[in-house]
Amino acid sequence: MQVINAENLSKRYVLGSRQPYSFREMLTSMFERDDEKRILWALRDVSFSVGEGETLGLIGHNGAGKSTLLKILSRITKPTSGTASIRGRVGSLLEVGTGFHSELSGRENIYLNGAILGMKRAEIEKKFDEIVAFSEIETFLDTPVKHYSTGMYMRLAFSVAAHLDPEVLIVDEVLAVGDVGFQRKCLRKMRDVGESGRTVIFVSHDMQSITRLCRRVIWMKDGELRSDGEAKHVVGEYLHEQSQTGAEKIWLEPDTAPGNEVVRLRSARVRRSDRSVSSSIDIRQPVSIEMEYEVLQSGKVIVPNIQLNNEQGASIFVSHDWNSGWRDKERGAGVYTSVVTVPGNFLSEGTVFVTIAAATHQPHEIHFNERDAVTFNVIDSPDGDAARGEFAGPMPGVVRPILEWKTETMT
Amino acid sequence: MTDSTEVTYIKPGGSVASLDLGEIWKYRELLYFLTLRDIKIRYKQTLIGVAWVVLQPVLTTAIFTIIFSTFARFDTKSVPYPLFALSGLGLWLFVQTSISLASNSFVNNTSLITKVYFPRLIVPLAAALATLFDLLFSLGILVILMFYYGASPTSQIVAAPLFVFLTLVLAVAFGTLFSALNVRFRDVKFALPFMLQVWMIASPIFYPASLLSEKWRLVFALNPLTGILEGFRSALFGLPFDWQLIGVSCASLAVLTLLSLFIFKKMEDKFADLI
Repeated sequence: MQVINAENLSKRYVLGSRQPYSFREMLTSMFERDDEKRILWALRDVSFSVGEGETLGLIGHNGAGKSTLLKILSRITKPTSGTASIRGRVGSLLEVGTGFHSELSGRENIYLNGAILGMKRAEIEKKFDEIVAFSEIETFLDTPVKHYSTGMYMRLAFSVAAHLDPEVLIVDEVLAVGDVGFQRKCLRKMRDVGESGRTVIFVSHDMQSITRLCRRVIWMKDGELRSDGEAKHVVGEYLHEQSQTGAEKIWLEPDTAPGNEVVRLRSARVRRSDRSVSSSIDIRQPVSIEMEYEVLQSGKVIVPNIQLNNEQGASIFVSHDWNSGWRDKERGAGVYTSVVTVPGNFLSEGTVFVTIAAATHQPHEIHFNERDAVTFNVIDSPDGDAARGEFAGPMPGVVRPILEWKTETMT
Repeated sequence: MTDSTEVTYIKPGGSVASLDLGEIWKYRELLYFLTLRDIKIRYKQTLIGVAWVVLQPVLTTAIFTIIFSTFARFDTKSVPYPLFALSGLGLWLFVQTSISLASNSFVNNTSLITKVYFPRLIVPLAAALATLFDLLFSLGILVILMFYYGASPTSQIVAAPLFVFLTLVLAVAFGTLFSALNVRFRDVKFALPFMLQVWMIASPIFYPASLLSEKWRLVFALNPLTGILEGFRSALFGLPFDWQLIGVSCASLAVLTLLSLFIFKKMEDKFADLI
C-alpha cells in the first residue's frame, strides 16, 4: 500500500522583488517589470510514491529542492502546483529543538517541544522517563536550558524528537549535530524506527548514514527528480557525478593545476595491470594509481600520497610513498612520476574515489591535495575465484580480501 | 502499522472559507503548552516578577484618579472614580497587552513557522490567552476595591463574564490580524503602539461614554470597546444597560473579527515563505 503519494509537486519562489517588508517596498515592487523578478522553481514536477514501511533517503546538493519537498510534505508551505497525499499520522523533524525556550527548564521544554512536534500530553508523560534517560541529562532536568552546554541542549532536543512515534516520519539533516557517540545512538534509534515498519523520509548529506538507513534513495537536482532507485546505486551515481572525474585527469594550464610554488600536479590516472588507462577494474586484478608532477623548487623532501574513499564517503585507506627511495631525499627540480599499486582481491566492489596529494613532513606543508581527482569502479567477479566465491548476495565492507581459512573436523 | 485512516491531502492554495476549528481542537494541547510557556516566560528575569501584573493597573488607576478627580471631573454617576477607572483599565490593559504580544508572536517564533506544522492561529491565540492571566489579577483587585468602596453588585453582575468574553474576542481578533500583517509588513511594529495610544484615548476608559454628545455616541460605538466597557460597568455597578450602544459595538466586533480572520486565513499559507 502506498503511504505517500506525490504528484507533480512544484514550488515557485519569486526572488527579484525580494520579500517586501514594508508598504513602500510593496508599492515599488508593483511597478517592477515582471522580467526583473527572478523566478526560481525550487521544485518542478516531482512525483514519487513511498510504500508502507519503506525508508526513503533524499540526497542532492544544497538548493536542489530537498528541503522544499520536506516542507511541502510537512504542510509547512504549500506547493505552487501539484498534489500529495499522506496516509497516517505524520511527524516531521526539520530541526531539533524547535520551540525550545532558553528560560524554561529541561522538564518544561520536553513537554513544550513534545507538543510542538505533535505528541499528546499523555504520550509525553508516558515516555518522559525514557526521554530523560536517553538524553543523559537527569541531574539538570530542572535547570533552565540556557545554562546547558550545546551538547546537553542538543541531546535533550534530539531525545524528545527520537521518541516521536508517528506512522510517517519526515527527517531533515538533524544528525549533523552532537558528539559522535550520541550521533551513533541516534542513528541506531533511527534504524529501529525504520525497522519497526514505519515509513520514513530522510534527508542527509552523509552518504554513509543514507546507505545504512535507506534501501531506496531519491536524488534531487535543480528542483527535479534526477534518479530514484536502490540506495547504493543512486548514491554511487550521485557521488560519481559530483566528482565528475574518470580514470584520468590532466591539467593543461599550470596556473590552474593543483599545487604551489614548490610542486605542481600535472596529471593523475588509473591503470590496469596491463598498463591501460581504465576506470573499470576487475576485483581480482591489481590497480595502479599514477601521478605526474613537476617540482619547481629544489631542496625539499616531497612525499606523494593517496587516499581512497568509497561511494559511501568512507575512507578506505591512506598510503604514503616511503619506500620508493625518495623517502628522505631532497628533490631537484624536474618532472616526476609516482605510481602506487593496490593489489587485487583487496578493494571491495563499487566506486572508489582517489585523492591525490603531495606534502612535506618537516616542516609540515601540504603542496596539493586534490580531492577525488580520479575514480574507478571495482567490479566483482562471478567466476568463483574472488572473495565472494559462489555467493551472489550483497557483501558489505570497505575491503574484500581473500583470507586464509582453516576448518578441521574435531571428530 | 498504518491503522489510522487519517489521510493528509496537500494541495496548492487554501480555502479561506474554512476556519478549521476542528484542526485547532486537535491541537488544543499545543495551545495549552504555548499559553503556559508565554505566561511562564513573561516575567522571567524581572526583579519583582508577577507583581508587575498588579502594579500596572493599580498605578495607572492611581494616576488617573489623581488627575481626573482633582483637575477634570467626570460624571461617573454613583460609581467612585477609582472603581470606574480600574474597571475600564483592567479590560483595556488586557486588550493592549495581548494585541502587542500577539502581533509579535510569529516574528518571535520564526522557527515554529518554518519548521513545524500546526494551525497557525494557535500562536496569536496563545499570546492572547496568556494575557488572560493578567486580567484575572486586575479583576481580583477590582473585586477587592469594590468591597472597599462598599459597592454592592446587583443580579446584573452575571452579565459581566459575557463582556469579559467579548473583550477576549476583540483581543484575539486584533491580535490575529496584526500578527499576520506583521509577518508581511514590519511597519506594524511602529504603527501599532501609536494606534493603540489613539485607541485608548478614543475609548471610554477614563471617561464615561455619556460624556459624548448624543449625535456622536453611536459613531463611537463602532469602536467595539465602547459598548464592551459600558456594558461591563453596567453589569458590575448595576447601572442601566445602553443596549443600543452595546448592540452597535457587538455588530462592529462581529464584522471586525470576521474580517481579521479572513485576512489571517488569506495570508497564513505564505507565512513560512515570507518570515
